[in-house]
Amino acid sequence: MVRIIGFFVGAGFVFVLLWSLVVNGVDYFRNPPEHAAYYYFHKDPREAELPSDGMMGKFDRQQLQRGFQVYKEVCAACHGLKYVSFYQLTDLGYSDAEVKAIANQWATEVPSVNPDTGEAATRKALVSDRFPSPYPNETAARAANNNAYPPDLSLITEARHDGANYVYSLLTGYADANTYRNAEGKPVPNDAKPPQGLHFNPYFANLNIAMPAPLVSDGQVTYADGTKATKDQMAKDVAAFLVWTAEPTLEARHRAGWAVLIFLLVATVLAYMAYRNIWATAKRQVAVRGPLDPAFRERMDEAKADSGIAG
Amino acid sequence: MSFAWAKPYEPTSPFMKWMDQRLPVPRLVYGAIGGGYPVPRNLNYFWNFGVLAGLALMIQIITGIVLAMHYYSFTGGAFDSVERIMRDVPAGWVLRYVHQNGASFFFAIVYIHIFRGLYYGSYKAPREMVWLLGLVIYLLMMATAFMGYVLPWGQMSYWGAQVITGFFSAIPVVGEPLRVFILGGYAPDQAALTRFFSLHYLLPFVIAGVTILKIWALHIPGSSNPTGVDVKNEKDTLPFHPFYTAKDGFGIGVALIIFALVVYFFPYSLGHPDNYIEANPLVTPAHIVPEWYFWPFYAILRAFTVDFILPAKLWGVLAMFGSILLLFFLTWLDRSPIRSTSYRPVYKIFFWILVVDIMILGLCGVMPAEQPWIALSQICASYYFAHFLIILPLVSKFEKPRPLPNSISESVLHGEKDESRPYGLAPSGSTTAPQPAE
Repeated sequence: MVRIIGFFVGAGFVFVLLWSLVVNGVDYFRNPPEHAAYYYFHKDPREAELPSDGMMGKFDRQQLQRGFQVYKEVCAACHGLKYVSFYQLTDLGYSDAEVKAIANQWATEVPSVNPDTGEAATRKALVSDRFPSPYPNETAARAANNNAYPPDLSLITEARHDGANYVYSLLTGYADANTYRNAEGKPVPNDAKPPQGLHFNPYFANLNIAMPAPLVSDGQVTYADGTKATKDQMAKDVAAFLVWTAEPTLEARHRAGWAVLIFLLVATVLAYMAYRNIWATAKRQVAVRGPLDPAFRERMDEAKADSGIAG
Repeated sequence: MSFAWAKPYEPTSPFMKWMDQRLPVPRLVYGAIGGGYPVPRNLNYFWNFGVLAGLALMIQIITGIVLAMHYYSFTGGAFDSVERIMRDVPAGWVLRYVHQNGASFFFAIVYIHIFRGLYYGSYKAPREMVWLLGLVIYLLMMATAFMGYVLPWGQMSYWGAQVITGFFSAIPVVGEPLRVFILGGYAPDQAALTRFFSLHYLLPFVIAGVTILKIWALHIPGSSNPTGVDVKNEKDTLPFHPFYTAKDGFGIGVALIIFALVVYFFPYSLGHPDNYIEANPLVTPAHIVPEWYFWPFYAILRAFTVDFILPAKLWGVLAMFGSILLLFFLTWLDRSPIRSTSYRPVYKIFFWILVVDIMILGLCGVMPAEQPWIALSQICASYYFAHFLIILPLVSKFEKPRPLPNSISESVLHGEKDESRPYGLAPSGSTTAPQPAE
């Protein structure tokens, strides 16, 4: 009975599926789908090759400081960093005094309450504060940015596919839609060109991004460590910095990972040897050696008896 | 428990004797996973996955309990609390990565375990109840994993909850009220998040309870084995401890190495980046995809695109639930008395087609709903249903199986020379067991 019912249920599902297959297939060949422009023009991110990549990855503190400088002088005007606190900057190699100065001189103040009147006010940031958002709320952010909302950057390298490479590629990927050619040499069709207020960028999901190119010229930031601030360098540095903001524990993770791996490898080798040892007598007819050898046992018992040890 | 020659528990120390007369827990453990449980001697590494699944459940429960100490099930704070765990809670990132990837680890193990059961006929008499309880555990796992994925309240959490609870609205008449009842509102919100958290905490303990029933049910007939031949005498078995505890120890080591590689070096590889964006009911992600362990079912759901008497959505939902429910009837669909597929030359081919078919379905589940993936998922979903409901019953009726070995101990010989024969077994052609060298 189960088999008869099963047969009809199965045949029913198979029939409906194959019917769907035919209907969709006919539809596909009658009206071949037209791909949107991003199908032809969207590009996968380029490799930023950061020192934090890979299983041995570590942060380059100098690079993180440079990246922070780019964030501070360029990105922070519009983008927040709400999950990061000023005190965490000591991880980048800044001294306590430097971090104090950075917090104190931060362009955006922290919302607070006037202690005398109880009215809303702002105060200078403290080391213990998170990075203040550049806008009081989303509406204000949209009003200031042509109705686009600059996302918080704390987690941006985790919140995008291939995050660090994406940030790097996006920042260096702005192009002129009128002269841009894709890999096949095709120009961007007119209806896919950015409307007023949007900017063409083949690394952005739908090609037209609201953010104007933030890194416009070499030397836009003067690096404290003397590194030449090319656009490529700045993009790479800020991508490295944003990998850190997304996961300040990355180095601890890699370190702990190696310790765990080495421990587990040793434990597994020992477990394997124990397994082979225990199974040696059960699986194959082998000459028993060592403490399990009956002859050895016998000799041991004799020796014990001779020396008067019990058991 | 299971066989006459199972060694009874004999406490040696006075304390254990005292204990055994009052609360015989050591006796229970000894009979369940100790020297008192005789196990076929020819188990291969696929029999490690039951213990590994138990390990994965324990990992999830322990990390989950600690994570729950730091998590807020509040729509305005859930996402932030997860970030707080990642950044501010000491070693919080380890707990979270282990728990998050532990779900994938658990499912990967359970899938191998299920395919092991399918290949070696573990669903056949006398182990039907073991298989059925296993499926109950699997359904509970799916519910738990889904609700756990909602808790961080990221974009995929929110929209996944929206899509999955939307399945219920496909049911005629009661569907929409049922969906609203489940969510506690018209869309996922505070009510849904709180109840999902509560159930996500509860269900793992239900899983643990069903696991105990499952082990109980397993120990009555005893473990199956790769030949599918019944245990006939003492030579066919070895005590679980130390033989299989040692083998499981090695298996656990290998599994944990693979798990540690993912947790410590590729913790993002199995997740979706959109879940690092806080839930926003006003912005729908470009592609809503579930976690990898649901991809084949998602592909079956989406394969139904045309209304045929019933609406396409209802077909999809019925097929998706049906694809799991039919596994409950497997025992009665497969009439072949041969358990192990190794001795079923025709079914073996279909079994491996099924494995590839489900993997392609998984791929279709993660790809955007466009051709050729739709066509591929329709073909593969048809095969899935045809395999279990049409091919399997027919093959089992007409197939001529290969000869089975006479006994488990004989199968271990593989026709090898006497010097490599198993300990304690008669050399081929003789009936007396050799004794170890004096």
